[in-house]
Amino acid sequence: MSDTDRQPSRTRVPMPVAAMSDPHMGDAARHPARVEKLIVLVFVLAIVFIALFGAAYWQNWSDWILGGTIGAGLLLLGFGLTAWGKYLMPQGPFVEDRHPLASTPEERDAMSAALVERSAVVVKRRKMLGGLFATGAGIFGIVAIFPLLRSLGPVPGTSLDVTGWRRGMVLVDSDGRPVTRDTLVPGGIMTVYPRDTVIVNAGPQPLITDQGQAIDQTVLIRISDQDYTTQPGRETWGPAGYIAYSKLCTHLGCPVGLYEQLLELLVCPCHQSMFNVRNGAVPEFGPAPRPLPQLALMFNQDGHLAAQAPYDQPVGPGFWERS
Amino acid sequence: MSDTATTKRSRRASMGPYGSVGKIVGELDDRLGVAKGGRIFLDKIFPDHWSFMLGEISLYSFVVLLATGIFLSLYYVPSTHQVIYHGSYAPLDGQWVSEAFRSTVNISFDVRGGLLVRQMHHWAADIFTGSIVVHMARIFFTGAFRKPRELNWTIGLLMLILAIFEGFIGYSLPDDLISGTGLRIGYSIAESIPFVGSYLVTFLWGGPFPGTGIIIPRFFIIHVLIIPLVLLGLLSAHLGLLVRQKHTQFRGEGRTEENVVGSPMFPTFMAKTTGFLLMVTAATALLGAFAQINPIWQFGSYDASKISYAVQPDWYMGWLDGALRIMPSWEFMNFGHTIPFEVFLPAVVFPGLIFTICFMWPALERRVTGDNELHNLLDRPRDRPKRTAAGAAMFALLFTLFAASSTDVLANFFKVSLNATLWFFRIAVIAIPIIVGLVTYQLCKEMQGVHGIGKRKRPVVVHRSADGEYSTTPAEPRPDDVHSELDPEPVPVRIDIEPLSNGGATVPESSPTGVRQVTR
Ligand code: FES
Repeated sequence: MSDTDRQPSRTRVPMPVAAMSDPHMGDAARHPARVEKLIVLVFVLAIVFIALFGAAYWQNWSDWILGGTIGAGLLLLGFGLTAWGKYLMPQGPFVEDRHPLASTPEERDAMSAALVERSAVVVKRRKMLGGLFATGAGIFGIVAIFPLLRSLGPVPGTSLDVTGWRRGMVLVDSDGRPVTRDTLVPGGIMTVYPRDTVIVNAGPQPLITDQGQAIDQTVLIRISDQDYTTQPGRETWGPAGYIAYSKLCTHLGCPVGLYEQLLELLVCPCHQSMFNVRNGAVPEFGPAPRPLPQLALMFNQDGHLAAQAPYDQPVGPGFWERS
Repeated sequence: MSDTATTKRSRRASMGPYGSVGKIVGELDDRLGVAKGGRIFLDKIFPDHWSFMLGEISLYSFVVLLATGIFLSLYYVPSTHQVIYHGSYAPLDGQWVSEAFRSTVNISFDVRGGLLVRQMHHWAADIFTGSIVVHMARIFFTGAFRKPRELNWTIGLLMLILAIFEGFIGYSLPDDLISGTGLRIGYSIAESIPFVGSYLVTFLWGGPFPGTGIIIPRFFIIHVLIIPLVLLGLLSAHLGLLVRQKHTQFRGEGRTEENVVGSPMFPTFMAKTTGFLLMVTAATALLGAFAQINPIWQFGSYDASKISYAVQPDWYMGWLDGALRIMPSWEFMNFGHTIPFEVFLPAVVFPGLIFTICFMWPALERRVTGDNELHNLLDRPRDRPKRTAAGAAMFALLFTLFAASSTDVLANFFKVSLNATLWFFRIAVIAIPIIVGLVTYQLCKEMQGVHGIGKRKRPVVVHRSADGEYSTTPAEPRPDDVHSELDPEPVPVRIDIEPLSNGGATVPESSPTGVRQVTR
């Protein structure tokens, strides 16, 4: 068989043909040679960059070279392809009719009729079966939610109200060292944790448990060298000028990590709540609604600073069950 | 030699006139009946307008996200178990870090090309969310959400919400100091919901913050499987609806409610859009290469008792952060219960309200205007002053809140007190949207009144007669300005690349139906 034999067998579908001079073609298509040359250049450059990426990867060059080469390569490749599409392919305007999506009124009625009439026979006449099935499916829907949700975790209970602080718990810094009378000079500040939450011998550095970091974290300030009372009723809470507040912002629980020494304000960097350490960390500015809870302190018989009692209220942001 | 040549030729001959392609089409058509629908698909017309690319940016950044995400998931370890870092980043050597953090630092320093892919992933996520917002703004202001496309508007909104959650969760996965702080804030926001908040958080976290270390593995599977799967489903529905309902188009030459005018799917649109995919990928690669993003090794592993100054969430969370900042500290505390309104209102109720309005908008507009018609032609924003004003006011509100999320930086920069900045924003957040809305409304009205706006001006030809008298006549109208009708016509099957000698459009001999002669 030869080529000429084959030609007639080609099923010729009557189809339109566009020439480069067709008005559907972009303007540049009238002089395709120039555009084509440009695109050739772009594609060649793209290939070079993509190959360079391969080389750069092979040689383990730095990431900005990898990104630069592949980025340039893909950019050129994409640009060339887009230019090809824009200038050398039929642009239109081609017109396509929109065929209405809606069916005829008869078809709609037939659909509605099928729904209504069939259900009239099968469902309405067997109300009992339908009701029972619906009840079963409904109950399944509800009980299926239990394991999905309830298995996820424990109910809160009182877990949101408690911290690791209790009577006699020694305050330690992040290295696990207890605080003595001379650890801070007046004006000094540090973060302390319950002794239980700092694991000293786990590695080259002490490790603080998640609990200690996230819930029990407390900021210790030495405000003077005399016993200090922040609010009436807290006369014994600040031995030797040491006062301690929960470090959890009462707004959204960010650690209140900044201390304005001159103004004696604890500042939360998240939304700029400011707490006055002198009068019991009452918020002076910002969205925090409540003072930081204060931890009552005492010196134990070893001369170490310890908690007199747990916090008298839940620490951190508010929630429904908090009273 | 000649034997093989003959068999090759005879094999080719047996395949029919269209060779192996024809054979494959035939085999497929026998089984699936694809030829007719396939041809219609190849001829599908895409209207051209630059703003129709915005959705494509979202689509393609999603493709980049999937590809880079697969790469990252091969190296990332979803665990908050504390380990001691020994890797090539010296400043962290010997320190306690979580496994999640260590694996992310390893991706950045020890996996070949890892840093690039990580940064591409993060940039692509920002581009993804951003382009969705801009795309939806286009849909909103041009009225493309109107009947019959309300469902696609809803799907788009769902995808935006998912994208925001996906971004937030992905941001949390490295377990670094800044994302950990963000997670802590997210926990407290969920906790603030009355009745269910504390249950919600202890269920999710496995206990009070930071829980039992379960949250990172849970977030991981949500981030790499659950949300992407839902997104993929919604995306398919989005595109499926788009094909079924066809594109909207702007008014213009020959464009009516009953047709679509533009360029065909194959090859023109395919070439352009594939090129665009490559360019979007290239953009993320270049950003990933040259613009550092989220250098977690500088922040360190998350330690709930540490915080870095100037904590900033990713941009799409900024408006919520701003709302939290300017909210007064109203907490309800009575009857043994607490409702932290200072959190619940700005961070739960407010975004809920915003998204509800967005979801309801097509129905609201239908109700207000009483317009229940099908719309395929787009509005010019100025022709719908009220809608445009409402949209502009909404964006003004979000931008003001976004700006309010950097009160501290602004106060520092302009050397004004934090208090003054706070009150400025509290007033601005109400005043600016109102002003912007009113001004937009007026502008739209004015623009409607101006004759021939949006059209290019027709030049005026000045004549000088022989006597030295001057007279003016307007030039011929531009082709785009005259009204014309276009008839549907088939997309050409073949393109002859030989330029014709006579230069004009002619009917080639071989063509059965011929090329349409158009003179403009
Ligand atoms: S978390 Fe402290 S001000 Fe918001």
